[in-house]
Amino acid sequence: MPGPFQYCVWFLCTLLEVSVVVCSLAKGSFRRYLSLNVYMLAACFVNLARFKILFTYGFKSSEYGYFYYYSDLLLTIGLYCALMGLYSYVFEEMGAEQYVRLGALLLLLGTAGFSFAIVQQSSSRMGHFVLDSRVMGHLVLEASQNLYFVGLVLTYVLWGAMLKLRETRTRLIQLVLALGLYFSVFAASYALRNLSTGLSDLWPYLIPVSGCLLPMAWAYAFWRIPEEARIAPSRLAVVPR
Amino acid sequence: MMAGVIFVFSAAALLQFFISYCRSLIAASSKQSLSAEVKDVTGIQRIASGDDFQRVMQLLQLCPERPEDRNSVQAIGAYFRLLNFLRSTVAKFVPSMQDWTESERGHCAYFAAVALERRISFSRDMLAQQMDA
Repeated sequence: MPGPFQYCVWFLCTLLEVSVVVCSLAKGSFRRYLSLNVYMLAACFVNLARFKILFTYGFKSSEYGYFYYYSDLLLTIGLYCALMGLYSYVFEEMGAEQYVRLGALLLLLGTAGFSFAIVQQSSSRMGHFVLDSRVMGHLVLEASQNLYFVGLVLTYVLWGAMLKLRETRTRLIQLVLALGLYFSVFAASYALRNLSTGLSDLWPYLIPVSGCLLPMAWAYAFWRIPEEARIAPSRLAVVPR
Repeated sequence: MMAGVIFVFSAAALLQFFISYCRSLIAASSKQSLSAEVKDVTGIQRIASGDDFQRVMQLLQLCPERPEDRNSVQAIGAYFRLLNFLRSTVAKFVPSMQDWTESERGHCAYFAAVALERRISFSRDMLAQQMDA
């Protein structure tokens, strides 16, 4: 059962998600960064729905468990779409949007197929493979973890491309870097959980706090950085260029 | 094995994204010049040194917080600690890193001075509003 700390972070996270959309609307950037804003709105609605289900059915109910993991998978796919929106935005002058969409769809299907293969293999090892609710739950969890890692790799590639293309838009740079931070924290946390079970006490604190990182950084980027602000990308590379 | 590879890659990417993100925050504030008053208070005339950071942070904590810059100041504080760690470990064996960490520490101090400047004007605005009320 979540404690006062988790409730506070949950509330703060929802508030930050709303603030991203509000800041973006106030600065006239809602349509320009539509995919990011739609994702933030979806995340906010999911948080409210989770809260409602938690209070209606309880923390240990299967309803809450299913809703939590299925909505998490949908949100991860949503974030993946938001990342594709950033790809389209960076490559819009090159007219490569349709290739980006096709590539993203293929990668998404590939990740889903890979996750299914892993779940099928582990279930077959235990006896027989039947696509029941337990196996579906495992599949959803596996797909979420893999999508976080794929998201991280794609963000890393996007950041590399931005440095190569000498992208100068400060706000876009901060949005991409914040997304990279978020994906890397989650991918590292999931991998660490698979490596060590001794971190189970830390898990209920680490994930909700990490979840606040992205809306916090995006709200800051929308509110503080004007769209016309420019930056020399060579100053941001860890290895000087 | 797979989880180990993912963890190592994610941790390396996290470090790289964190450094780039902090540098983007610093770069956004580096174009802002400091007022004569803040220069006097901080002792930073043109180029800040890494040794100024702690002093400027102490001054920063004396001013009322601005909600907008709280997170960026915390992020730069964490970045400064990371630079100190690199300076006392890896940079001892790689001389070029010594210069890089020192220059980055100076940029952190300048960022803190710009944040101080903003907080001072924020405090003044608040005081003016209270006087009007």
